[in-house]
Amino acid sequence: MLVAQRIHHFTIYSRFIMSKNASIALFSPFFILFCAVQLFSQASAIPAERQISPEGLVKILQGKDKPLLFQVGSHTMYAQAHISGSEYLGSASTETGLQQLRKRVESLPKSKSIVLYCGCCPWSRCPNVKPADDALHALGFTNVKVLYIANNFGTDWVDKGYPVEKGE
Amino acid sequence: MLAAVYQLRRGSPRRRGTASQNVLAPDFTLNTIDGKPLRLSDYRGKVALLDFWATWCDPCREETPHFVELQKKYGDRGLQIIGVSMDDGPEPVRTFYQQFQMNYPVVMGTAATGEAYGGVLGLPIAFLIDRDGRILSKHMGATDASVFENEIRNLLSP
Repeated sequence: MLVAQRIHHFTIYSRFIMSKNASIALFSPFFILFCAVQLFSQASAIPAERQISPEGLVKILQGKDKPLLFQVGSHTMYAQAHISGSEYLGSASTETGLQQLRKRVESLPKSKSIVLYCGCCPWSRCPNVKPADDALHALGFTNVKVLYIANNFGTDWVDKGYPVEKGE
Repeated sequence: MLAAVYQLRRGSPRRRGTASQNVLAPDFTLNTIDGKPLRLSDYRGKVALLDFWATWCDPCREETPHFVELQKKYGDRGLQIIGVSMDDGPEPVRTFYQQFQMNYPVVMGTAATGEAYGGVLGLPIAFLIDRDGRILSKHMGATDASVFENEIRNLLSP
């Protein structure tokens, strides 16, 4: 099983266990490990220089040199609304999603401009964008940005009137 | 029938219809993770809590044990929680369902359902529906369990 999936399942289950045994959890190494996993596996661990704001992306999309846009979260949410011109590649917190991402980029030059986004959850809680970002960097891509979505895609993109499309 | 006005126009502000308070909750028939159809209006007469969520959504996972407790506590008084999973398929949902010992039905959501409820473009989103099928409240993002419990108790009161 992919390491990211193991981490993902670990965090799901650990939260459940701690909800049952909070007083014990606070003092256990298990809890400390859990905090460390949370800290390094979520979007908040993506360095600022690898992020792009919605406003910044909108400006770029108005220009000639548009990046490839990959939504790496929920397909059901993508079908309702997605950034105009973006492609859905699968939830990057799953191995299937990461495989689809790797397959999509395998023939691209490593300098290709790519923007990843999700918008499922508040930024610090998104489980999808960091695995996708990590995967592209591991493949040697040097021009990857992650769209910083503070709250969710609806609030931070759609409601602001930025370009969207719907459908598969 | 609630008209979820969901206009998408490029480059201009768009209105998203919201499943707002005191309107009838949009009816749907969706398959559960076991493949059986579930129709929302079959629960008319109960207080329903409709939770849009996904297995990989951290705040959603935090809410799940609380919903399990609420269902256990108020189920025999007329509460019915229904999870609407926005996962891409039922497999991870079935695993999660067992791991978290969920005790309420979970259906697989669709884009059409999300649009009917004003656009589910962030998770979790929960709607509390009264016994007449009207939406009492909408909660976007992780919400403290006590908020849900207070509203549920009010709705269940005779």
